[in-house]
Amino acid sequence: MGPIFKLVAQRIALGLLLLLAVSVLIFVGTQILPGDVAQSILGQSATPQALANLREELGLNDPAHVRYFRWLGGILQGDLGTALSNGQEIGPQIARRLGNTLFLAFWAAVVAVPLAILLGLLAVRYRNRWPDKLISGITLASISLPEFFIGYVLIYFFAVKLRWFPSVATVYDSMSLLEKLNAIALPVAVLTLVVLAHMMRMTRAAILNVMQSAYIETAELKGLSAFNVISRHAFPNAISPIVNVVMINLAYLVVGVVVVEVIFVYPGMGQYLVDHVAKRDVPVVQATGLIFAGVYVGLNLVADIVAIVSNPRLRHPK
Amino acid sequence: MAEEPADTLLDIRNLRIEATVYPPGEKAHDIVIVDDVSLTLEKGRVLGLIGESGAGKSTIGLSAMGYGRGSIRLSGEVWLNGRDILKGGVRELRRLRGKEVTYVSQSAAASFNPAKRLMEQIVEAGLEHGVGTRKELEERAVRLFGELSLPDPETIGRRYPHQVSGGQLQRAMTVMALVPEPDLIIFDEPTTALDVTTQIDVLAAIKKAIRTTGVAAMYITHDLAVVAQVSDEIMVLRHGRKVERNTAENIISNPQEDYTRALVSVRSIEHEQKQPTASPVLTVRGISAAYGNKVQVLKDVSVEVHPGQTLAVVGESGSGKSTLARVITGLLPPSDGEIAFGERTLSRALEDRSKEDLRELQMIYQMADVAMNPRQTVGTIIGRPLEFYFGLRGKKKRARIQELLDEIEMGEGFIDRYPAELSGGQKQRVCIARALAAKPRLIICDEVTSALDPLVADGILKLLLRLQKAEDVAYLFITHDLATVKAIADSIAVMYQGSLVRYGPKNKVLAPPFDDYTDLLLSSVPEMEIGWLERVMANRKMESAGN
Repeated sequence: MGPIFKLVAQRIALGLLLLLAVSVLIFVGTQILPGDVAQSILGQSATPQALANLREELGLNDPAHVRYFRWLGGILQGDLGTALSNGQEIGPQIARRLGNTLFLAFWAAVVAVPLAILLGLLAVRYRNRWPDKLISGITLASISLPEFFIGYVLIYFFAVKLRWFPSVATVYDSMSLLEKLNAIALPVAVLTLVVLAHMMRMTRAAILNVMQSAYIETAELKGLSAFNVISRHAFPNAISPIVNVVMINLAYLVVGVVVVEVIFVYPGMGQYLVDHVAKRDVPVVQATGLIFAGVYVGLNLVADIVAIVSNPRLRHPK
Repeated sequence: MAEEPADTLLDIRNLRIEATVYPPGEKAHDIVIVDDVSLTLEKGRVLGLIGESGAGKSTIGLSAMGYGRGSIRLSGEVWLNGRDILKGGVRELRRLRGKEVTYVSQSAAASFNPAKRLMEQIVEAGLEHGVGTRKELEERAVRLFGELSLPDPETIGRRYPHQVSGGQLQRAMTVMALVPEPDLIIFDEPTTALDVTTQIDVLAAIKKAIRTTGVAAMYITHDLAVVAQVSDEIMVLRHGRKVERNTAENIISNPQEDYTRALVSVRSIEHEQKQPTASPVLTVRGISAAYGNKVQVLKDVSVEVHPGQTLAVVGESGSGKSTLARVITGLLPPSDGEIAFGERTLSRALEDRSKEDLRELQMIYQMADVAMNPRQTVGTIIGRPLEFYFGLRGKKKRARIQELLDEIEMGEGFIDRYPAELSGGQKQRVCIARALAAKPRLIICDEVTSALDPLVADGILKLLLRLQKAEDVAYLFITHDLATVKAIADSIAVMYQGSLVRYGPKNKVLAPPFDDYTDLLLSSVPEMEIGWLERVMANRKMESAGN
């Protein structure tokens, strides 16, 4: 297990380094935005004396690197700071929002990932025949349409006409799981349609690539059925590219849901971010940016580690 | 249908195999790969199929499983165990593949799934067809591992393909083919990709497996000496048609057709060793080299090449022979040692060498295909060194190109052709002409005949010998093939794991007493003689018993 341990440790260290670099970018990015925090808190009519006092209080007169390390130190201790717009702690607010976003992403992933892989396997099994073309056509169409369009179309049919699901996906803590699932059915469907095509096409391409190998011919000459050849011999060798694209899409489910959350008025991170960008609430924007980056780097890290671990040459060295 | 004799296993009648090809820039059209081939195989017998690449041997072998690669179409009749399998559907074919007929491919390394343990793959076909329980099949596999002399038969099945060597994998694939107890095994060039010293072990293992289990086999290869060791009968194929079929004995001792006669007498070039001259053209002194500062691939190698003579560097894969060529050409600067060309010492790195250094030292590669720009004509390819080194232009250049083409026995029509329009042997000839165009004093030939069919390779060797006499050029000839060495060398360097184990004039190197490695290498080269394999293996057993 020697080399594999070293590789995984290397990956994790790189991930942390990347996250640190992202935190610098976020901090610098929010600093060069126009406007002054003290000004935006106190409004246009503030006296110069009040502004100066508040700046002193918030530590805005300190040099940038001092403020950066103060911010970073707070985050490392679990303190995300205070929202300017309402003076509340950011941590607990974000925790609830993040929980909701992860809830939505989780159920979208539960539907989308197995479906995408199954469709990919089917497309390979019937490649260049009508099931393959149908699957490719539908998924391609769904990825080509903008999310808001799909969202409103689904709302029109399933919420307005058929009245199966609510059009507003509001969830409370007091709801049962089933009620929550009913509430998020439409956003889950939209997210699934959006990420399905990418994952399915990558699965198809990765497996088709493996299908050229000599060991696939060996499997065919053993008299295995076409589906067994694909699932037992092709799929295990296509895992690492598939996991890669799955992870990118999972990250998208968390990070890219802004539009979908706004359409369905879902109380998640995306809406939280959009609200506070509008209010110029810099600490909140910084915190959400960092969390999004953390999710993105983390999931891609998982993909890298799976790729390393799924390689028998690394898992079982000579 | 005619009544089958009771012991006929396989009866192929008027087999015709076609494929659709899609050449770039041309219309898709059909080509005939195999035309009107019929053969029968009795239970427990071994039939060798022999021919050069493109003769249709593998395609015929796979047709016994009703299998065609890519867009291949089979027509005719393939009777196996009393039924025509081409008439049955896909399901019926699936039932016989892996049960009645199994397959051993040329490259076991590529044919095992890298993500699964060996045992899992070895018992898979037997489980699929309900030949036995997992336990029974695993026990049979372990027994066969032992019989085929694989190390640790009890535990080797738990390893992954990358954890065992190439020769062991080839034997494991033979075990995989034997475990479902088939009636017929197709061996498709099972030893071609192996070193000679490994080939002999695998060959002995395959022969033993066939003998002890009584399975029938079709053994496909391009090497007549190999197929003569394992087959009862041999069928010679050329251009998808049968040339001749006879017992192995008769094919070797009494071939009827010209083509068979040519195959039997291949590699019979006689070459008298020349005496070394006073001043060598190339002197390599104490060269050591490593890749990435870690793995040392050459250890203190010293050799000389004399003007107008050939030094053959022999060794198995990984012996460092190609690295030696890279060091001499400057592609890989050595960590230690010195290279002298005539009187002058060559710079270690390529970029520090003069144009004259470059001109006098040319190279020919194994893969003529990839050594030429596919978008340049033969004339452009050969003309380039003429322009670069001698500044020839226009008519003069064209005349010189034609002269070179005549030297390599290719006529007027070739100057405007593209590499894709040439055969393998013709491509290699163009590469030779390109090297000659620089008027070098030394040409490094890196495995230049190993990708070619035996008869074509023979032609290339004869050409090289003739050119050596005419142009007084020296060769450093890198090869793993001892028959080639005997045919053209004046002196020989035997390499093993980066070191020189034996070096000197040909007659001395090839005469006893031998060191252990050279002895092993020389005795492993298959000879065109029935019973050679048994003789060698018996000698080895006696030696190891004596020790």
